[in-house]
Amino acid sequence: MRIDDHPVLGPLEERKQITIIVDGEPLKVFEGEMIAAALIANGKQYLRKTVKSHSPRGIYCGIGRCTDCVMTVDGVPNVRTCITEVQDGMVIETQLGYGTWKQEKHQ
Amino acid sequence: MIEREIVVIGAGPAGLSAALEAARSGASVLIIDENHRPGGQLFKQIHKFFGSHEHRAGVRGIDIGTQLIEDASHLDIEVWLDSEVCGIFHEREVWVVRSRELSVTVKAKSIIIATGAVENAVNFTGWTLPGVMGAGAAQTMINIHRVLPGKKVLMIGSGNVGVIVSYQLLQAGADVKAVVEAAGRLGGYGVHTAKVRRAGVPFYTRTTVLEARGNDHVSEAVIVSLDDAWKPIPGTEKVLDVDTICIAAGLTPLVELAFAAGCRKVYSPVLGGMVPWHDASMRTNVPSLYIAGDVSGVEEASTAMEEGRLAGLSAAYSLRYIEKDEYDSRFNDALRRIDSLRSGMFGEKRRIAKHAIINHI
Repeated sequence: MRIDDHPVLGPLEERKQITIIVDGEPLKVFEGEMIAAALIANGKQYLRKTVKSHSPRGIYCGIGRCTDCVMTVDGVPNVRTCITEVQDGMVIETQLGYGTWKQEKHQ
Repeated sequence: MIEREIVVIGAGPAGLSAALEAARSGASVLIIDENHRPGGQLFKQIHKFFGSHEHRAGVRGIDIGTQLIEDASHLDIEVWLDSEVCGIFHEREVWVVRSRELSVTVKAKSIIIATGAVENAVNFTGWTLPGVMGAGAAQTMINIHRVLPGKKVLMIGSGNVGVIVSYQLLQAGADVKAVVEAAGRLGGYGVHTAKVRRAGVPFYTRTTVLEARGNDHVSEAVIVSLDDAWKPIPGTEKVLDVDTICIAAGLTPLVELAFAAGCRKVYSPVLGGMVPWHDASMRTNVPSLYIAGDVSGVEEASTAMEEGRLAGLSAAYSLRYIEKDEYDSRFNDALRRIDSLRSGMFGEKRRIAKHAIINHI
């Protein structure tokens, strides 16, 4: 849920809408916002699942220290989504465990 | 390898103040921060600061941040953003990865470490569930990203962070269901506590969180009363309908860089744990290394700014940019302002703890 109006900060400024792909589905978000903020605003319940127990994780510190919020972004695993801005066309995947890097195809 | 005179690591209140003071003294300054924007955690602090007029009391953190960045833009300060400092070698070499792809080593004459602090976690059943987060994380979400992380919040901890963030969650439109405090009395400034209380939020002392429940996200919290030995009292459990649990249980200094660079460790429970030893001028046992702000012991942004000034001034003086008379006068001004911040019911404990670090042998 977005905070459209605020008693101290005023109304939310107009921002350009862009599209990201989250687990294969397109999602409209705002330019300049962080991945985790955009996903939480759109009601995503968790950002990754752990390697052994597959238990869900979300944000914890929100400032890039704890790495609880990591996801696979444009094929790169373990990206801290709380401090990484969305880009138009960005491909974001809910990460399982440590994630996997893009593999070079062997012939 | 490139060379710079003074390298400041961290562009929060302490780092920006250090950079400003050093640049005003005539030194050339490079300030490095891993974030996309400078200001550190100042921009999420939308409340008015305490202290006297000269401490910018009555001014919101967000406006202080804007002013610091504005001041820096008028001075010849080089700023590297999106740049992570990964290590400090041979006392003077700062290894930086810029934009996640370019490795650069900067050789500095002096380095000021102002890396700040990170929130503590509290371990309870279900604490890893999404929806359990630091109070500061919730504050970042609502005040910077303008996103409400949840609608029904339980706050753990009644210190300043706990009550200030509770109030800001209310301002942002959330329902704060309760503030719980394990101690027997509330920990925050009266004025903030009273604002939250007046909004109808119940406070429970001698109470803690027992469990977070939910499948993929928090959907309930269980709180419980504590006896005099801090043990949960069976039968006193209460189930709260919440989707977010915020933890305001203090902060820990981000000391990794300083310790890896050879700074001596001193334990200060009042100021957040292990901190690098430093003298009154904020210099560590490594002569080229200074520290300032929460990394040197967790206090408040106003104190961090004064410590930044001490460090920036001292680094510039050590490089002979200013004469002793001018140094003494500017240094003593900052010291006097710090002393008044470290007075009163909350400040006195911090003043004693700080002196214990400085006098630690």
